[in-house]
Amino acid sequence: MSLFRNIVFTAVIAGLLSGLLLTVMQSFSTVPLILKAEVFENAAPEAGHSHDAAPAAAGTAAPAADHHHEEEAWAPADGFERFIYTLAADMLSGIGFALVLVAVSEAFGGFKGWRGGLMFGIAGFLTVILAPGLGLPPELPGMPAAELGPRQVWWVSTALCTAIGLGLLVYTRSAVFAALAIVLLIAPHLVGAPLPPSHETAVPMDLYARFVNAVYATNLVFWAVLGTLAGVIRERFRAGEEVSAGTPAKLASR
Amino acid sequence: MVTNSAATAVSLSASKIIPLSMTALLGLFIVGFVGFSHLEVVHNAAHDTRHSLAFPCH
Repeated sequence: MSLFRNIVFTAVIAGLLSGLLLTVMQSFSTVPLILKAEVFENAAPEAGHSHDAAPAAAGTAAPAADHHHEEEAWAPADGFERFIYTLAADMLSGIGFALVLVAVSEAFGGFKGWRGGLMFGIAGFLTVILAPGLGLPPELPGMPAAELGPRQVWWVSTALCTAIGLGLLVYTRSAVFAALAIVLLIAPHLVGAPLPPSHETAVPMDLYARFVNAVYATNLVFWAVLGTLAGVIRERFRAGEEVSAGTPAKLASR
Repeated sequence: MVTNSAATAVSLSASKIIPLSMTALLGLFIVGFVGFSHLEVVHNAAHDTRHSLAFPCH
């Protein structure tokens, strides 16, 4: 149980800090672009998905909480409330990713310091940002996309294949496994992500290009910091793990 | 001695399997809830995060 507790402590601290950093980076990079895209989304209802609300000027559309599918669904008010929910979601994502990252690293012998943590962080970036992003690039609101369900299935399958592929590349030494790793890395892209019937959108392409760059840049920093922090903090939370290994001297000293 | 320590290492990793898989499942559950839940309210609350982390959205 001490191992579980120590990993959770590590992941919570690393996730909270890197999630906070991610939110700060986003509020200067991706979030302003999302807000700009929502003006286009609201101005062109047919380009995106079901928006019945007739959009007026951008000024009156901004405070409206109904920028999504159903009128009655709750949404955080624009401004501070929305920022707080984004912060919470970023921190939760950071904690969730850190839990998986630390658990996987422990299964392969641990981070062994900040450098190993950084390497695992980069692997995390490749697994959940870069590889799925090759088929399903980051989207702005108002951009056309295929059905949500199949895209989520493709996203999860791609992340899983990439994780296993990277693991095989790093932790095996035989040529067969290396070849299998390459196959796993490219297979999702040969299958191909679900695509929308049309790519037509009211969102300007230069806005979109800046958004894609911002997503990759912020997430690379996020994952590097998340992994490094996890590697550093993991070293400090090892209390009780020797006891569970059953060393009699340690048990007696307690 | 060598076989002894090898056996210890195996039993150690066996004792780690449950906490490690519990941790990983907890993490996957959290990420799944924030990034993949179809609940409208969760989607709206985590909207900017989902777009900024390039999760499939909408």
